[in-house]
Amino acid sequence: MASYSTSEFKGGLKIMIDGDPCAIIENEFVKPGKGQAFSRVKIRNLKTGRVIERTFKSGESVEAADVMDTDLQYLYNDGEFWYFMDTNSFEQRAASADAVGDAVKWLKEQDMCEVTLWNDVPLAVTPPNFVMLAVAETDPGVRGDTSGGGGKPATLETGAVVRVPLFIDIGEVLKIDTRTGEYVGRSKD
Amino acid sequence: METNAGWRPTASHDVLKLRATVQARIRSFFAAHDVLEVDTPALSHAASTDPALASFRTSYSAPGAADSERCYLHTSPEFPMKRLLAAGSGSIYQLCKVFRDGEQGARHNPEFTLLEWYRVGYDHLDLMDEVERLVTSVLSDILPVSSVHHWCYRDLFMEMAGVDPFVADVQALAGVLQSGHDITVVGLTDADRDAWLDLIMTHIIEPRLGEGLVFIRDYPASQAALARLRSGNPQVASRFEVYLNGMELANGFHELSDAAEQAQRFTREQLRRRTAGSAAVEIDDHLLAALRAGLPDCAGVALGVDRLLMCACGARHIQEVIAFPFEVA
Repeated sequence: MASYSTSEFKGGLKIMIDGDPCAIIENEFVKPGKGQAFSRVKIRNLKTGRVIERTFKSGESVEAADVMDTDLQYLYNDGEFWYFMDTNSFEQRAASADAVGDAVKWLKEQDMCEVTLWNDVPLAVTPPNFVMLAVAETDPGVRGDTSGGGGKPATLETGAVVRVPLFIDIGEVLKIDTRTGEYVGRSKD
Repeated sequence: METNAGWRPTASHDVLKLRATVQARIRSFFAAHDVLEVDTPALSHAASTDPALASFRTSYSAPGAADSERCYLHTSPEFPMKRLLAAGSGSIYQLCKVFRDGEQGARHNPEFTLLEWYRVGYDHLDLMDEVERLVTSVLSDILPVSSVHHWCYRDLFMEMAGVDPFVADVQALAGVLQSGHDITVVGLTDADRDAWLDLIMTHIIEPRLGEGLVFIRDYPASQAALARLRSGNPQVASRFEVYLNGMELANGFHELSDAAEQAQRFTREQLRRRTAGSAAVEIDDHLLAALRAGLPDCAGVALGVDRLLMCACGARHIQEVIAFPFEVA
């Protein structure tokens, strides 16, 4: 089993802590002039997102986590799993609801997503920064009002609810920033 | 566009000027107090046995020699400076580069600038006062020192961590870290009680020391290093540490002058090095001989000049005060 010594610790390194895959956020070298050296690290648990802290005596090693970020295409959801495909090998991976998390409301078939794999099993899904989604439901558009002021809620084809300008109608395709959940503009098509 | 900016200094020109100013002020401070500047070897045949220090090792080949002999870069100029003191130098100081293997981080560079000085006839308390005067005068118009606090090691632990560092067992110390402050430690055994105390210091106490100069004195005998011990219950070492704005800045001793006691500590430290699996080093017999000849009653202190500069310009990383830190050296 691969492992890392404290001397290799740095931001981004993936390690196993208490049986969970984690990523090091920050590593601080601590050593009093007349004392023992330690690595004080902030770590994000990749399953739960929780940030914890650990202090390792210098020279200790920890098991490496087999974690890898891959670009996979979202295919479909069968009610239990969300299926993603490697567009080169056509290999498919099934992601659980836990792995998909909040990304679920932005997942549109055929979009490329970043899927974090742990021991080849999807651990987390990050949607593209921008997605194009059709409006499934909203109040009728107010013609002529292009001011964008005020706004109204619109439910998109994936179920996500975003605030849109008053002139938007059902069926229009919108560009959404998934990082903020905000409307960016109308499709240029 | 520049493709490799790595040749440039990591410290700004203003900070490099500040370094020059600080070093000039240190020299004029000692000139005004009649303390002699000295220059001792960075390369030597013996090294510090301190289990917490790793010396860089190198080798020397005499002209035409087929074999080479082991030598070390100094981790501090302490031993040769004590030989000068024993030879009758009177009070002395040195501003020099020292080298410590395996130390790198926001506050550590493997090569750094140390100011070390010895005052004949002073004890650690007298020297603490002089450290305060030096830091205050060197930083005067750069970063006025906001306040000065004095603590005994024991009182500080009682007040800030709620534990008596002289009597608490390892379980109690680990409990303070884990239950009291949610600090989980990996890889540290019960055998190393002092390391548990260090963790309470670095993780709990240091962040609470606040602004200004803080002096901590009367360390446990187990952390005496090269300080003399005072009888009493519990026994304490005449050692002090100085913190500036929460950062460890200097360490000083009322110097141990007993050659037999020094030889015992060397042997004990060698043993601890072996147990810990660290490299064995040559014991400095010249130092022991100098102590036997007679070290005058004196106190000495070593102050990290890079750390002083970090405080002076509010740097968060030591790279901001060194022209070429190790990564780009």
